[in-house]
Amino acid sequence: MEQEVASITVKKGLAQMLKGGVIMDVVTPEHARIAEDAGAVAVMALERVPADIRAHGGVARMSDPEIILQIMDAVSIPVMAKCRIGHFVEAQILQAIGVDYLDESEVLTPADEEHHIYKHDFKVPFVCGCRNLGEALRRIGEGASMIRTKGEAGTGDIVEAVRHARAVLGEIRRLQNMPVEEVMAFSKEIGAPYQVVLETRELGRLPVVNFAAGGIATPADAALMMQLGVDGVFVGSGIFLSGNPAKRAEAIVKATTHYNDPYILAEVSRDLGEAMVGRQVSAIPESELIADRGW
Amino acid sequence: MKIGVLALQGDFAEHISVLEGIGVEAVEVRLPEQLQGLDGVIIPGGESTTIGKLATAYNLMEPLRLFGSEKAIWGTCAGAILLSSDIHSHQPLLGLMDSTVKRNAFGRQVASFEAELDVPALKSSGLGEQPYHAIFIRAPLIESLGKEARSLAQLPDGWIVAVEQGRLLATSFHPELSTDDRFHRYFLSLVSR
Repeated sequence: MEQEVASITVKKGLAQMLKGGVIMDVVTPEHARIAEDAGAVAVMALERVPADIRAHGGVARMSDPEIILQIMDAVSIPVMAKCRIGHFVEAQILQAIGVDYLDESEVLTPADEEHHIYKHDFKVPFVCGCRNLGEALRRIGEGASMIRTKGEAGTGDIVEAVRHARAVLGEIRRLQNMPVEEVMAFSKEIGAPYQVVLETRELGRLPVVNFAAGGIATPADAALMMQLGVDGVFVGSGIFLSGNPAKRAEAIVKATTHYNDPYILAEVSRDLGEAMVGRQVSAIPESELIADRGW
Repeated sequence: MKIGVLALQGDFAEHISVLEGIGVEAVEVRLPEQLQGLDGVIIPGGESTTIGKLATAYNLMEPLRLFGSEKAIWGTCAGAILLSSDIHSHQPLLGLMDSTVKRNAFGRQVASFEAELDVPALKSSGLGEQPYHAIFIRAPLIESLGKEARSLAQLPDGWIVAVEQGRLLATSFHPELSTDDRFHRYFLSLVSR
């Protein structure tokens, strides 16, 4: 009997297995083990967390495959890695070493300011960032099998993730309430492929799993995003730049599961030590904003 | 009939959606008291390490063992791992099923696949003759079974991917991602057995 690999179903399917979970940025195998022990559903293998990328400046590229391979060896949960926007050769390399999910990420310096990767050609599934429904559906049109908000990575400020989640979910509500003859004009307005817009209207949600990312630093932040209606959360700098990473990681995992239970949220939020030092997004010069990368 | 779906993490919403499509009441279970009044429980796909950790932290392991000794439980993928008694590594298991399971048995995500399965139990239950289209995602395999458990389906190379033991059911694939609801109907027949 024939077996089919790398179908859209299995690419989207892995993201469905991650729902209700927390994906954590890690830079060493030791971090990866702490994340797995804390209950992370996957780790994102990086050379530097986004806050450090911000601090260091310069060109941020795909991580050294050696580091990613060491992290893949260290844990049994899925390992994700980031390539630059439009850098399809970094994507080929990361697929070749066997990562489970690729993030075509604005956190790295874009390799192409006009074109994202044609993701249908890859066996490895892709997650991409978005700020609104049009951007999400363009990425899905190119083959992304999972979407996340961009937020503003490396700031510990939740405001942009909230803005992006509300934009996506609000535009879907608007789409659902419009008569079908208005959908073509709506597609034109948001710059998204008509068929994917129709599918989204039919489903009443994105056709792929939708996580929050960019600025989540506390259990309350994670639960806020879950209550707004996302399927799970990415935590970047928020864990390993905090005072007690293991405890904070576990607390964010519990808060993502019990996001609707304020008593459990109160319990897990107690005595976590120092949160990461945040940076208010409104005080960052426009030229340093990451979410504007990609379109 | 009322089915609880363990909602600590994973694709529990997909299971609930299939059950509601069949016309069965389905509820999310995150805490032990939510097991009260249920006729059956499904442990969904997800990360078994995460689900096991949260089930331990919120005191669900022992109540689930007790539930499974009296009533029906079905585990899909991560759920099949949690139901088993041995996985060659240390993580919380319910140990209800007399099975040894290998996690990520096919390799990493690029090896995830779909395949047609011959499932005699579906045919003999009057659920149709056609093969079952199964979706495997970083799937585990059932390496060996004890005396109490029986295989319901194998891959062409002989690897066991579905097991039944009394009113317990384990599948290493994901019927909740499929439009074919026959495995859910089969589980409901175990619940009312």
